[in-house]
Amino acid sequence: MVKGREQHMGLIRDDDATEIRERLKEMVNPVRLIHFTQELNLEYGRETRQLVEEVAGLSDKIGVEVYNLLLDKERAAEYGVDKVPATIVRNGKDHGIKFYGIPAGYEFSTFLDAILNVSKGDSGLKPDSREKLATVTQPVHLEVFVTPT
Amino acid sequence: MRLAQCFALENDLIRADAIEASEFPDLAALYRVYAVPRTVINGEGSIEGSLPEDFFLDAVLKAVTPAADEPGA
Repeated sequence: MVKGREQHMGLIRDDDATEIRERLKEMVNPVRLIHFTQELNLEYGRETRQLVEEVAGLSDKIGVEVYNLLLDKERAAEYGVDKVPATIVRNGKDHGIKFYGIPAGYEFSTFLDAILNVSKGDSGLKPDSREKLATVTQPVHLEVFVTPT
Repeated sequence: MRLAQCFALENDLIRADAIEASEFPDLAALYRVYAVPRTVINGEGSIEGSLPEDFFLDAVLKAVTPAADEPGA
């Protein structure tokens, strides 16, 4: 889905772009991708920003805001970002959905799902699960460690 | 990560971070991530691997429910 990082032109191949653009037509409400980067960057940082911007370019319902972790400290605190690259997927409000590092490979489809779910404002979970989740009354922080492959 | 972010969308008290382990090796080492996916809950308990919706949700709820307040794996 996403090419290796020796590529500098487009990270998303043309045929994939067509498919992604088609999937993103399911979007309902606008989604904003809030991306945090850092000048003195990690090796993946620049590529992650490029990928986020390329995805945003595939739907007019996706907007991107780019901030710098070191310079935009208030914004970083607002989103609870403590490392970069970080990408928040939000609609009118922040639901606490973040991707730290590049959402490539297997995680790329998860990233697209996040955009679609947030756009629809619908988790797609079973009714039972929704009822159980409604009973959670204390903060829960889930950190899911993943790899692109 | 798919389920975790669905949970976050469902309840504002729940946050879900996908962390690319190879880009954050120190954090991965701190949480003893030897295989992925590994889900760390409130910095303590954890869930190994991918589980179906019901099982994953129950594991998360168990980890955050005071009655089942075990330190986790």
